[in-house]
Amino acid sequence: MAVVRSSPAGAATRRRRRLLTRRDKLVLALMVGIPTLVHVGLVWVPALGSIALSFARWDGIGGLDTIQWIGTLNYRQIFTIYPPFWPAVQHNIIWLAFFIVVPTVFGLFLAVQLDKQLRGSRIYQSILFLPVVLSLAIVGFIWQLIYAPEQGLINNLLGRTEQGNLIDWLGNPKLNLWAVLIAASWRHVGYIMILYLAGLKSLDPTLREAAAIDGANEWQAFRRVVFPALKPINVVIGVITVIESLRAFDIVYVINKGTNGLELLSVLVTNNIIGEASRIGFGSTLAVILLVVSLAFIIPYLVVYFRGSFSRELR
Amino acid sequence: MARSGMQLPPSASGSGLQLSRRDLLRVLGVAGAGVAIASCGSDSSGGGGSSTASKEVTVGSNASDAVPKKAYEEVFAGFNKATGLTAKVNTVDHNTFQEQINSYLQGRPDDMFMWFAGYRMQFFAERGLATPVSDVWEKVGANYSDALKAASTGVDGKQYFIPFYYYPWAFFYRKSVFEKNGYQPAKTWDELVALSKQMQKDGLTPIAFADKDGWPAMGTFDYLNMRINGYDFHINLMGGKESWTDPKVTKVFDTWRELLPYHQEGSLGRTWQDAAKTLADKKAGLYLLGMFVGQQFQGAAADDLDFFAFPAIDSTIGTDSVEAPIDGFMLSKKLQNEEGAKKLLEYLAGAEAVNTYLKSDPNNIAANTTADTSGYSALQKKAVDLIGSAKHISQFLDRDTRPDFASTVMIPSLQTFIRNPNDVAGLTKKIEEQKKSIFAG
Repeated sequence: MAVVRSSPAGAATRRRRRLLTRRDKLVLALMVGIPTLVHVGLVWVPALGSIALSFARWDGIGGLDTIQWIGTLNYRQIFTIYPPFWPAVQHNIIWLAFFIVVPTVFGLFLAVQLDKQLRGSRIYQSILFLPVVLSLAIVGFIWQLIYAPEQGLINNLLGRTEQGNLIDWLGNPKLNLWAVLIAASWRHVGYIMILYLAGLKSLDPTLREAAAIDGANEWQAFRRVVFPALKPINVVIGVITVIESLRAFDIVYVINKGTNGLELLSVLVTNNIIGEASRIGFGSTLAVILLVVSLAFIIPYLVVYFRGSFSRELR
Repeated sequence: MARSGMQLPPSASGSGLQLSRRDLLRVLGVAGAGVAIASCGSDSSGGGGSSTASKEVTVGSNASDAVPKKAYEEVFAGFNKATGLTAKVNTVDHNTFQEQINSYLQGRPDDMFMWFAGYRMQFFAERGLATPVSDVWEKVGANYSDALKAASTGVDGKQYFIPFYYYPWAFFYRKSVFEKNGYQPAKTWDELVALSKQMQKDGLTPIAFADKDGWPAMGTFDYLNMRINGYDFHINLMGGKESWTDPKVTKVFDTWRELLPYHQEGSLGRTWQDAAKTLADKKAGLYLLGMFVGQQFQGAAADDLDFFAFPAIDSTIGTDSVEAPIDGFMLSKKLQNEEGAKKLLEYLAGAEAVNTYLKSDPNNIAANTTADTSGYSALQKKAVDLIGSAKHISQFLDRDTRPDFASTVMIPSLQTFIRNPNDVAGLTKKIEEQKKSIFAG
């Protein structure tokens, strides 16, 4: 302190210090610094580590000197001789498309219905929201009971539990992805519904009144007035849907560890790295590919969103 | 976690924070305290280990299910009483234990840990994560057959494993169903196919089958390969020394395809427990599984359970191999108490320990040939004969080969075969390509 005061630049420093005391600076530095460090330590270091390991072969035993560097061999093998890879990419895309279409539309529909002040709408709301409270792993367990071939609910209702006519919901690779998507949507719909409902509740009622006065019918009012006003919610839901689709993992993992028609990129990463397999390099390569795919979706989305909304707000 | 935590303090000082000396000291003090606590922790456990070195042996246990857990508690209580040492058991969930084994053995493992014989054991021995126990084998070797000794031996010729119990795989069936329909156990492949046809005519599912979890079908592959091509070829194939595109392997899949129509449909969506239920409900005639299938049979149904060995396919090979996974014990590399751990191994290799164990968990067979078998059920006695007559004991596909190959290649490949049994050439080519890339490392 004494040193600062007697220095030639003392006046200038003092003036600046009035705005921001030393204590403030420290607090600010800590507030910015700690999250930055956490972020760097938990996001950037592992991400860069994965990228480095994606060029290596390593079983995780022994020190870092036991890592063999093999260039892009992992990438070449994944693209050429690793049979689950392309199905996994395809399933992730199907997952995303399905999530954008089915639960989103249905969730919006439910939200609009619940917004109409129906009797007992709180009860419906709670029932529909209940699955969101469950983790996807538990959703997987519940739906396994429903889909089981001989003991399952659906096959028993349909009377198709005998050899020769049973429907193998989770074992038939042509069916199981759709069966799982329905289970996952069962949960996701509630989430979408609650978000849209919040948006609808916060909507200025005068907008609708104005539309009604102008002679718009209910569909027109929704299509031209309400839905456009929900744009911020749509953006949030778009981001959530992309994230949920790319990180989909637990439900297929509890069902069959992500094999036989339920391959997803996230499961392939886990199957290779976790457990005794310990193909750390190979799994890291898959993780890097998943990272690239995620960035390809998320960066353009965020760029468009932030550019649009910031410039509008600033004006 | 620990690694990223460690990286925080150095980068904190490097990121241009202007700390006063007092703040700095405070931060250092906190960090120092942390280090002190951490070192205290390691010191006290290390120090504790050495001060009671002669008394305490730590044991890593994967016996997390209620029945085996209780059975082991009694075994270790017997050890404590017999030797005056203390076995300190650290039980971890079975699957978690298996999944974390790599990091467990590299971290601060217990002196002794429960593990499996065969390639799964040799792998860790070769990577220097296990302590050889040949000196223990010199004392207890007489208790075991040669096949068990071979299954306990690493590639360097030293023993690394003490077997405790095993359970054979075979075709299980209900005696009452066989009596009612006048069925006979199949001794040859043709008899098995004929029996399946007859069962189908009688309205039974001939062979219960489930492969949702990916591993049960491995048992069928193992047996077919050992019956058609012999034990040595099977083990070499598992060890990556034979090619999967070899016509011998093609023949295994071709033979399997012949039997697939008699397998229960929808196997890829079914767990083994559900398949076992169809056997218990007398809807299915046969089920190829390990003896743990008995867990799904209670009371009178349990006494009704019987099995026959996987039938011979090539008469020159016969039924000389039995698939019987062996569970037992190994010593980790970083032993706190080598002498005590070896004493514990000797105790576990004795008849008394396994007798105590099987009293509480009778779903297995003692590996020790001097164990008391008078309390065995008829099924257990038959299993002893089956294994006793075997020239070779295989450990199951995922224990006889590299774990990464078994889990990331063989599970999806066998499921692909079950789904589409007609493209064997394409399938074996893909397996071979992946095998080469995995065994290269």
